[in-house]
Amino acid sequence: MSIDIAQFHPVFFEESFEGLEVMEAGLIDLEVGRPDIEAVNAIFRAAHSIKGGSGTFGFGAISDFTHLLETLLDEMRSGARQVTREAVDVLLLAVDSLRAMLDAARSATDFDAQAVAEVHHKLEEQLHHGAAPDSVAATGDAVVAKGNVNNNPWHIEFTPEPHLFATGNDPVRILRELQRLGPYSAELDLSRLPDYALYDAEICYSAWRITLAGSVDETVIREVFEWVEDDAKITLSREPPTTLAMLDTTAASEGLSAVPATDDRRRNDRRQTDRRQGEGQSTAAASIRVDISKVDSLINLVGELVITQSMLGQFNDDSQPRNFAKLREGLAQLERNTRELQESVMRIRMLPISVSFNRFPRLVRDLSAKLGKQVELKISGEQTELDKTVLEKIGDPLVHLVRNALDHGIERPAQRAAAGKPNFGTLSLAARHEGGNIVIEIVDDGAGINTDVLLAKARERNIVGAEETMSEEAIRDLIFHPGFSTAKEISAVSGRGVGMDVVRRNIKELGGIIELESTVAVGTTIRIRLPLTLAILDGQLVRVGNQTYIVPLVSIIESLQATPDRVKSVTGSAELYRLRGEYIPIIRLYELFGIEPHSTVLKEGLLVVVEGEGRRAGIFVDELLGQQQVVVKSLETNYRKVDGISGATILGDGTVAMIIDAGGVIELVRNRQSSSSTEDHSQAA
Amino acid sequence: MEVSRAKQVADLDLGGVVNADQYLTFMLNGEEYGVDILRVLEIKGWSPATKIPNTPDYIRGVMNLRGAIVPIIDLRQRFALPAIEYTATTVVIVLKVRNEGVERTIGFVVDAVSDVYKVSADHFRAAPDFGSHVDTDFIRALATVEEKMIILLDIDRLLSTEQFDMTATAH
Repeated sequence: MSIDIAQFHPVFFEESFEGLEVMEAGLIDLEVGRPDIEAVNAIFRAAHSIKGGSGTFGFGAISDFTHLLETLLDEMRSGARQVTREAVDVLLLAVDSLRAMLDAARSATDFDAQAVAEVHHKLEEQLHHGAAPDSVAATGDAVVAKGNVNNNPWHIEFTPEPHLFATGNDPVRILRELQRLGPYSAELDLSRLPDYALYDAEICYSAWRITLAGSVDETVIREVFEWVEDDAKITLSREPPTTLAMLDTTAASEGLSAVPATDDRRRNDRRQTDRRQGEGQSTAAASIRVDISKVDSLINLVGELVITQSMLGQFNDDSQPRNFAKLREGLAQLERNTRELQESVMRIRMLPISVSFNRFPRLVRDLSAKLGKQVELKISGEQTELDKTVLEKIGDPLVHLVRNALDHGIERPAQRAAAGKPNFGTLSLAARHEGGNIVIEIVDDGAGINTDVLLAKARERNIVGAEETMSEEAIRDLIFHPGFSTAKEISAVSGRGVGMDVVRRNIKELGGIIELESTVAVGTTIRIRLPLTLAILDGQLVRVGNQTYIVPLVSIIESLQATPDRVKSVTGSAELYRLRGEYIPIIRLYELFGIEPHSTVLKEGLLVVVEGEGRRAGIFVDELLGQQQVVVKSLETNYRKVDGISGATILGDGTVAMIIDAGGVIELVRNRQSSSSTEDHSQAA
Repeated sequence: MEVSRAKQVADLDLGGVVNADQYLTFMLNGEEYGVDILRVLEIKGWSPATKIPNTPDYIRGVMNLRGAIVPIIDLRQRFALPAIEYTATTVVIVLKVRNEGVERTIGFVVDAVSDVYKVSADHFRAAPDFGSHVDTDFIRALATVEEKMIILLDIDRLLSTEQFDMTATAH
C-alpha cells in the first residue's frame, strides 16, 4: 500500500503557516518576566505540530530547526528558563526563518541557508547560555544534542503508556524498525505486569531496554518513535554523554524520561482544542475555511430551492388560470430563495479583518524599536467581515499607512514629553461596518500634519505655484500627490514618500475612498471606506445606440437633460457643459466606443454626470433604463483588461453588458485629446 | 526520433488501436480547418454578442457561456477572408486556449462544422512557406484525409498576439 504523501502537503503548509501565526501572536503578547503559562503552551504546541508535520513529510531541515525552538520553549513552559526580551526576540527571528523555510519548501526552492544558520546559531546560544540559574538542565545524561560525533551504542528506554494499543500503535513494529538501523539487542521489562487476575489484554504492560550500536543519528531514532512519542516514555542516551543537555525539570527529576507522561495526555487534548481554535484564524490563502454553520445554511437554502422548484413544476402540467395566484406565490418564493442564497454564498467569501490586522502587533513592535519610539497599538473591530479579495488587496496599503503613522506621526519620547504628551504614543486600528461599507480608521496621537511645512515643500517642488492659495484641506490632500514626501530625512521605514499616491490608487481600485483629518500636535486620522464586496455592485443601466451599459451608482453624481445653451466648445473639438458654475467635459460614449449612435443631438438624450479619480464628466447616453444589482464578472479571465470598462455582467435576459469605469473613461478621453492635439502640432510643424 | 514515433503511431493505428489524435474540422470560405478535439468545449449556434469597445473588428464581442464571459472571434476576419452574412449553419466553436500559462475560453465563429477525423502524425505535412504576406504561424500542419486537405490549426498560436496580452492596454 502506498499513499502519495505529497497530496497532504498543502494541508501541512496551511496548518504550519497558521501555527506560525499563533506563535508570532503569542510571542508578541508574551510578557517578559512573568509569562502566561497557557500562552507559552500554545506557542509550544504550535511549534510541536510544525516539527511533527515537517518530520513526517520529510522536511528535515525544518524539523531540526523547529526542534531547537521547541526545546527552548519547553524550558520556558516548565519554568526552567525565564522569558527574557532577548529570548523572545530570538524566537521571533526563528519564526521568520521558519516561515522562509516553509515558503521555500512549498515553492520547492532554496531558502537562504546562511540566514537560517545565523538564527540557528542564535537559538543554540540562547539554549546554552541563556538558561536561568534555577535550571537543572545540566543533569547530563539525557538528550544528546544533534551533530556530535559519538559512535558509542545508544541506550533506548521505551516505556509505552498503558493505552498505547488503543492508539493503534504496535510496539513490535517499532522494534522491527529499530532493528533495521544497526546491530541491536533488546531486553523486555515485565516489571509492570500485574497478577494474572488483574491482567487486561488491551493494556500495554511491557517496556523495553534497547541497545543499538553503530553511528545512528538521534533524529533517525526519534523518527522511528515519531508516532508514539506522545504515548510513551522514550529515553535516548549514549555513553559517555557529550553535550550538555537541555531538558525540563520534570524530566530531569525523573532521571531518564524525556517527556513527562501525565502532561502528555493533557497535551493531546489541548492540541485538539487548539486546532479547533486555530480554524478561526486561517489566512487568506487560495482556499477558504468556511464556518460549518454557513455551509449548513446554504444546504438549507438549496433544500428550499428544490421545494420551490417542484412546486413550480406542478404548473407545467396544469396551467389553468385558477392556478395563477399560486404560480405568483411560487415565483415570489423563488425570488426570496435566490436572494437569500446569493447572500449566503457571498457570506462564504467574507473573512474577518483580523486576518489582515494580525500582522500589525509584530510590525509595530519591530518598527517602534527600530525608530526608538514607544507605541501602544490598539486594535478594535477585528471581527468585522469583508470580502476576501478586498481583504487581500487592503493589506499592503494598511501596512503603508501604519508605517507612515509610526515614522512621521508619532514623535520620539523626548519630543512627546516636551509637548506634554505621555511617552507612549497610541496608534489605533479600528474597523466597523457603516451602511453597506466597511470603514477602517488608523488614528495616531502624533505630531499631526503641519500644513505650512507641507505647502512650503509643495512650492519648493513646483507642485503648487508660488502665488497659489489653497484651503487647509487641499493642502493636506497634497500628501497623496505622486512623489511627495514630508519626511525631513529619508528613512528606511517609509521610504522616499512614493506611496501615499499608490495607497490612494489601490483603495480607489477597490472602489473605496480615503480621507485624512489632522490637527497639528494632536494627531492624524486616516479613514478608509471600502465596499463590502467587489462581486456585486449597484448599477444604473443606460442605453447607447443598441448597446446596454452599466454605470456603477457610486460614481454617478446626477443625471440631467442637457440644455443646449450651456454647452460650450473649446477649440472646436472638446465640448464642455456648464454645471452650477463648473465646466465639465461631455463624453459622447458612441464616439469613444465606436457604437452606431441612436441620436447625436444632446437634448434628445441625457447626461449622466459621473466622477472618477477626482474628475467629473458628463456621459451622453440615449436613455436611462433602470437600476439593479449586478454581479461583476471579469473580462480578464478569458480576454484582458479593456480601457474604460471595469468588467461585465449578465443581464436578466442572458446577454452580456459592459460595466463602465468612470475614471477610466475620463482618462481615455483625455488621452485621446492629448494624442490628437500632438498630431495637430506635428502636422502644423 | 520524431519519425519513429510517427511510424509507431501509424502502426498502432493500422492495428486498429486508437492512437491518432482526433480533430474537429470546420469550414471557412470553402476551406476545411481542424482543431484538436480535446480543446473543444462546445459548439453553439450564433447569437449576437455584446461588443467590447475599441477592439479589432475580428473580435465580435463577448457572450455569456453559462455565467462565464467569453470573447468571440470571427475567424474569417482573423484570417482576413472576405466577410459574409451569418447563416443558419454559422456556429461558434468554444475552445480552451492556452497562452503563456493562462488558460482561456474563447469562442470562434466559423461558417459550419464539418466532421471529426482521426489523423495520425505521419499524415502531417509541413505548411509551405507562403512568403511574408501570409501569416502561417498558427498553422500546425496540413493533413490529407479522404483526398481532402485539412489545415490543422495551432490555436494557442492564434492568440499569441498583443491583443490577448493581459498587461497591454488597448488604445
